[in-house]
Amino acid sequence: MSAIYSPRYECMDREELRQLQLERLQATVNRCYKNVPFYRRRLDELQIEPEAVQGVEDLRRLPFTTKDDLRRSYPYDLVALPLREVVRFHLSSGTTGAPTVIAYTANDLKHWTELVARNLTAGEITREDVVQIFFGYGLFSGGFGLHQGAEAIGASVLPVSEAELPQQVKIMQDFRSTALIGMPSYALAIAQALEDMALEPNSLSLRVGLFGAEPWSEERRAEIERRLYLRAYDIYGLSEMGGPGVAGECPERCGLHLAEDHFLGEVIDPVTGEPVPDGAEGELVFTTLAREALPLLRYRSGDISSIDTRPCGCGRTSARMARVFRRSDDMAIIHGVNILPSDVARVLAEFPAVTEHFQLVLDRQGSIDELDIRVELTGLPGDMANQVLRIREQIARRLRQELGVDLKLTLLEPRSLHARGTYPRVVDKRQV
Amino acid sequence: MSDSKLLLTLSGLNVHYGRLHVLKGVSLHVNEGEVVALLGANGAGKTTTLRAICGLLRPAAGAISFAGQKIAGVATDKLVRMGITQVPEGRQIFGPLSVHDNLLLGAYTRLRARDRGVEEDLQRIYDLFPILNDFRARRGGSLSGGQQQMLAMGRALMARPRLLLLDEPCLGLAPLVAKQIMETITRLREEGTTILVVEQNARAALKVADRGYVMETGKVVLEGSADELLRNRDVRRAYLGKDYEEV
Repeated sequence: MSAIYSPRYECMDREELRQLQLERLQATVNRCYKNVPFYRRRLDELQIEPEAVQGVEDLRRLPFTTKDDLRRSYPYDLVALPLREVVRFHLSSGTTGAPTVIAYTANDLKHWTELVARNLTAGEITREDVVQIFFGYGLFSGGFGLHQGAEAIGASVLPVSEAELPQQVKIMQDFRSTALIGMPSYALAIAQALEDMALEPNSLSLRVGLFGAEPWSEERRAEIERRLYLRAYDIYGLSEMGGPGVAGECPERCGLHLAEDHFLGEVIDPVTGEPVPDGAEGELVFTTLAREALPLLRYRSGDISSIDTRPCGCGRTSARMARVFRRSDDMAIIHGVNILPSDVARVLAEFPAVTEHFQLVLDRQGSIDELDIRVELTGLPGDMANQVLRIREQIARRLRQELGVDLKLTLLEPRSLHARGTYPRVVDKRQV
Repeated sequence: MSDSKLLLTLSGLNVHYGRLHVLKGVSLHVNEGEVVALLGANGAGKTTTLRAICGLLRPAAGAISFAGQKIAGVATDKLVRMGITQVPEGRQIFGPLSVHDNLLLGAYTRLRARDRGVEEDLQRIYDLFPILNDFRARRGGSLSGGQQQMLAMGRALMARPRLLLLDEPCLGLAPLVAKQIMETITRLREEGTTILVVEQNARAALKVADRGYVMETGKVVLEGSADELLRNRDVRRAYLGKDYEEV
């Protein structure tokens, strides 16, 4: 049996866990009400007293928290403690409009590190490994989060971050990296680079990879494993829950073990907001249980999954969430950056030359994911070719700047999208 | 896999004093062999929580279970037999009786059973608190505050409790004596005694505890390991006063 980082919590008796969750949930609700004006206002409006939570199931009486709530609270309004207690900030990956902010106290960082260490251990990474991390280090929580966890288990960490592909490959060769951590699309880009350089992946020392921050199918997993000669594990997190460390696969690979001592997970019907039957699919909702700087009640993740509480062959008793392939909203994720159609609409509204009818098309060219934003022109300009080129350049530049990703812009003839009635806002051709 | 075992569990405990709602859904647990600190300012509900655990108050709602059995509403003397012993705030020792007799009284549930272990236990208490051995013939009432606290703890231990409840063991004691009491708790912990200790002095309590809870106005606002709580602002505030700034 493979190693377990915190058996005390990961293998906790379910009844004991339930008690711990109740205690931490009540304390979190009490602190939210006491220290966060946003929550006090909202609970008062709904005439809910914090003591309404007498059992874990009473959680359902509390209102949801949404991404919009977080955006409106930018940057400090949800922080539950004076800034002198805060030792770190991270921002959500989307760069548009108001980003969402997560703050950490010293205790929050310590917990985060431990949770990531659990995921790494479950993913068979040990102190013997040379770990190459190509998540971005910066406002995005991915790089720092995985880095801290990898150091905590004593691995030798290479914080390569978003270095260019040739450098990634050179470091992988020179340092004989055994573990890769980053975005699955980037892992495939590395695989492509190896092929282009006519390097055999089995000449490297790769053994294992932990990938996340964007949806990736089982086919893609098989492809990564084949092309990089490693065993690939899925890890799950979201910046609002502090980043990576929320859940991760074990060698059984039958779902991702959720850190239930820190996050209370629910699955709801995204339309009605009601809980779905046990084990059924729906939108994941998380409540933080030990967060000091930024506690969140019933945060709607937008991720579609299900939760299985049956015991796992690895010995952990923690519930497993199904891998996330879909979202309840139209959010598109590319290169780990979240793109909401509403953000695109806001930018397009600045340009009278185009209508509000647009579509996001995600596709894969070779190993690289591409985003194509297709938008209808209001009318056909007089000096066709020149005008169109100029408009396209302007809008594309503005979109790139606002969304923070490279993209392609396609201008469509008037009425070509909505003439056919409704059309999907997001078309993802990457998952087959 | 996990080696901890729940000994005491409170979930959603509600207690009223007349029309006053003093405990508003308190949940906490103590694992076997653990020392847990219950912290908070005056009037937060710490002592009320202890009184509810040892059967002196009947909860209006919520559950208390001890070693897997529901105990809310069970009489105090029965709880003592089950293994819960409290050392109340203000010690409440028997002043006219000798130190030795006070200790023997602690084993009253066992004397009737002619328990041969009583002598052994007496020796253990005298080892733990040598000063009590020196003063074994003295009247309990003639001891100093710190010695009385030791006597009260020794008497409670004579019942061989599975769970020892300590209510403000350092209240009114000189700092040096308080330190001795805390050292005794550390020693009891090393011997495997399970303890729930109520303290206003958060820093002192957390130095000897594994975990702790912080209460405010009848509710728990924080749960965590002792070292996490020591780093937490609310705990520092509770202990050091609202406007204290660490240098």
